[in-house]
Amino acid sequence: METLIFFLFAALALGSAIVVVVHKSPVYSTLSLVLTLFSTAVLFVLLGAPFLGALQVLVYAGAIVVLFLFVIMLLNIQTEESAHGAGAQRWVALLGAVILFGMLGLGFWRGGFAQVSPLTAESVSLKALATELFSRYLLPFEIVGLLLLVAVIGATVAARRPGGTNTDETDEIALGEEPAP
Amino acid sequence: MHELLWLIPVLPLLGAAINGLLGWRFPKGLVTAVAIGAPLASLLLALGCLWEYAHGGCPGGVCVQTLYAWTAGDLSIPIAFQLDALSAVMLFIVTFVGFLIHVYSIGYMGHEEGYRRYFSYLNLFMAAMLLLVLGNNFLVMFFGWEGVGLCSYLLIGFYSDQPFPPYAGKKAFIVNRIGDFAFLIGMFALFAKFGTLNFKPIFDAVAKNPGLVGGQYALGLSFAGFVALCFFVGAMGKSAQIPLYVWLPDAMAGPTPVSALIHAATMVTAGVYMIARTNVIYQLAPGVSQFVAVIGAVTAIFAASIGMAQNDIKKVLAYSTVSQLGYMFLAAGLGAYSAAIFHLGTHAFFKALLFLGSGSVIHAMGGEQDMQRMGGLGKHLPQTSKLFWIGCLAIAGIPPLAGFFSKDEILHAAAANGQWALYLVGLITAVMTSFYMFRAYYMTFAGRFRGTHEQEHHLHESPPVMTVPLWILAAGAVLAGFAGVPKLLSFGRDLNWFHRFLEPVIAHPHGLGTDEHGLSVGLEIFLVLLAIAAAFGGLFAARALYGRDAGIEKERAWTGRFPAVYRVLANKYYVDEIYDRLIVKPLAWISWLFWKGVDTFLIDTLIVNGGAAATELTGDVGRFTTTGNVRNYALYFFLGVILLFWWIAFR
Amino acid sequence: MTSVPISWYLLLAAALFVVGTLGALTRRNGISIFLSIEVMLNAANLTLVAYARQLDQRTGQLLVFFVIAVAAAEAAVGLALFIAVFRQRRTIDVNRLNLMRW
Repeated sequence: METLIFFLFAALALGSAIVVVVHKSPVYSTLSLVLTLFSTAVLFVLLGAPFLGALQVLVYAGAIVVLFLFVIMLLNIQTEESAHGAGAQRWVALLGAVILFGMLGLGFWRGGFAQVSPLTAESVSLKALATELFSRYLLPFEIVGLLLLVAVIGATVAARRPGGTNTDETDEIALGEEPAP
Repeated sequence: MHELLWLIPVLPLLGAAINGLLGWRFPKGLVTAVAIGAPLASLLLALGCLWEYAHGGCPGGVCVQTLYAWTAGDLSIPIAFQLDALSAVMLFIVTFVGFLIHVYSIGYMGHEEGYRRYFSYLNLFMAAMLLLVLGNNFLVMFFGWEGVGLCSYLLIGFYSDQPFPPYAGKKAFIVNRIGDFAFLIGMFALFAKFGTLNFKPIFDAVAKNPGLVGGQYALGLSFAGFVALCFFVGAMGKSAQIPLYVWLPDAMAGPTPVSALIHAATMVTAGVYMIARTNVIYQLAPGVSQFVAVIGAVTAIFAASIGMAQNDIKKVLAYSTVSQLGYMFLAAGLGAYSAAIFHLGTHAFFKALLFLGSGSVIHAMGGEQDMQRMGGLGKHLPQTSKLFWIGCLAIAGIPPLAGFFSKDEILHAAAANGQWALYLVGLITAVMTSFYMFRAYYMTFAGRFRGTHEQEHHLHESPPVMTVPLWILAAGAVLAGFAGVPKLLSFGRDLNWFHRFLEPVIAHPHGLGTDEHGLSVGLEIFLVLLAIAAAFGGLFAARALYGRDAGIEKERAWTGRFPAVYRVLANKYYVDEIYDRLIVKPLAWISWLFWKGVDTFLIDTLIVNGGAAATELTGDVGRFTTTGNVRNYALYFFLGVILLFWWIAFR
Repeated sequence: MTSVPISWYLLLAAALFVVGTLGALTRRNGISIFLSIEVMLNAANLTLVAYARQLDQRTGQLLVFFVIAVAAAEAAVGLALFIAVFRQRRTIDVNRLNLMRW
């Protein structure tokens, strides 16, 4: 049963990842990413991390992907003529990717197929997770909070229109017109 | 007084430095004063030290003065000077004759452009030569050895505006170098065995334990033999013996006083001094000593034969020097070290006299050196003529002048050791010596003048500054012989003062001076008369051919009868040509090969330019990675990650 | 019960990672590159969780927690930069952003 679920959602994840990478339209790519994230979330649950699965859907799929969509819409990005850049880069990248996969696979394969202990209620307990988070990893937790704050500030500043404060002149792009060549 | 021993070489050094560095500002008089003052001071100090020494001033017969004890790890070479019997004799000869030649040079070089430079070099030479004879270890001696070689080079090539003198200087230096190399090997061997280069420890150790230097060492020789051979090769170079004598005749390109001082009286005698100094080792190397004697004898007769056919007056004297040096080595090889030094001393006097006399002639002839254009100069140069005559008598060995005593002692040594072949060679050489010297005299001073009219008008006797030193030298040539009168002629009394004086240094002389060896008195008297006959024989032969008004026509008659022989002799057996073909050209070719092949091609083209080209190429190719395109850079990241991962995971 | 060996999860993660890398290196559109990077991050998360399960530790899961947070921050800032660049250059074609060219 578990095996079935694994294979189903593994295939889904992989397939949608490939679509993300391959599809010409960025909107479709983003939507496909959502599918990938969902599938991965299921796999998280299978691996005994239900909280993370939920987190993934909420934050990743729910917020980040939405952000992406907003930006795509804002900049009115068209579909490309060809999704991928020409030239030797493609083939070198492909070759490198194959090699990397080979190495990673080899590495993992060598790790062996160790048996894992079955999941218990304790091991997936949210309480235990939270306890550890707020005790051992309190400092990183706080720092990440700070990081998020910084990110917010940074994003606001970076995306500001040049000239500082908002002016009457609105961003042409925001109105959905064609971007200047 | 002997505390001032160190000043003797240092003062001329100072003189050289002052004249050399500051002399261009000095008026001529000041240059002269410095240049003459230094050797004069050295001479006076030397005389003082000798006086002290002769009156027992040096206990044990040796005074050592250390200037500076230089140590470097295991190596300890003091800069120290030694005054013993041998160095005392050499000291006297060098300073006395050297000083006289300096005085002579004032007149001879008076009109030269490079007056100051000349005296600077000459003083430097004196300093080096004095270092050589006063040093108490091989290194100081070698320092002087090299120094005189340097000064010889500088002074031979003195007339650097002409092409030949610098070439001759180079030739001298390079041929000397060959000898110096061997000398160094000998020094290294000595140091390796004894751990020191000082004379006293080495000679004492060898004297006490002769077996120390025995046994097989190298080249099939014992240690003593090897070292002796190495040093002798050095002497071959410095003292112009076969086969390294070829530089000496060409060295005549230098000013005549230089020829007198360096190439007659002092520098070339350094080899003889060196053998006398290391006689302890030579006595334990009978094979090498025999070799030395043979080389000396062969050189003597060889050079004398060439001298008979030379027309340049200085060349005659040059070959004469080579020949007389051969005599000295003959004596040294026979173990008659004091005889060798004796001849060295007398030779210094009469050869310097002859050279300086020829200088007067050349000076009077306005630079002409070819005797075929001279003749009849006796009328115009009366003093020079008489002085030259005295010199000829001395070198020919006509009693009672100095040459007779010293040469006879050498021949006697040969006979007393039963080396009749060498004796015969020496005797024939004596005939030749007498012949070519008197030939030179008659060609130059007798008969009718054969030169041009302008030369005839120019003829004049030399000024006193040149003739007075000559008279002093002549006195020495006459009287010096009496320092070493052999027993035979001293009516029973041992008047060989010279030999006795040197005895402490010349240990266990199995050479001569004493008549212990089994030569009957009758035979000895016969040999002496034979030597005198040889001398007179040469004189009369020369007189017959060139004397009175004969000029050179009679010579032409004789050479016409044996043209091939004459040509070979006149062309000095073509030795220079042979060397050139066999040695110089191949070496030059190898050098050319190294130049073109290695330096120009390999190093310049391949390595230097090639390196630059390779770098350029790399740059030209590598340029294409800096696209400015971020995606490419991301790709490079990725490739780096792969590499890194591979390294971490699989290494 | 027969569970799926963890190695398979790891292999899947490796595959996802490689796919994401290919996309990141190859696509012309800046947004698409970002998306590919998100795929890569996802793959990394999967690896961490798999190992957490294997080694029976919660550290892996907590790391994922932080990774998600950081990924969010990174996406925000990155997109903001993207907007800024777009304003200047009026294009999102990465090939055309070549001011660093020699």
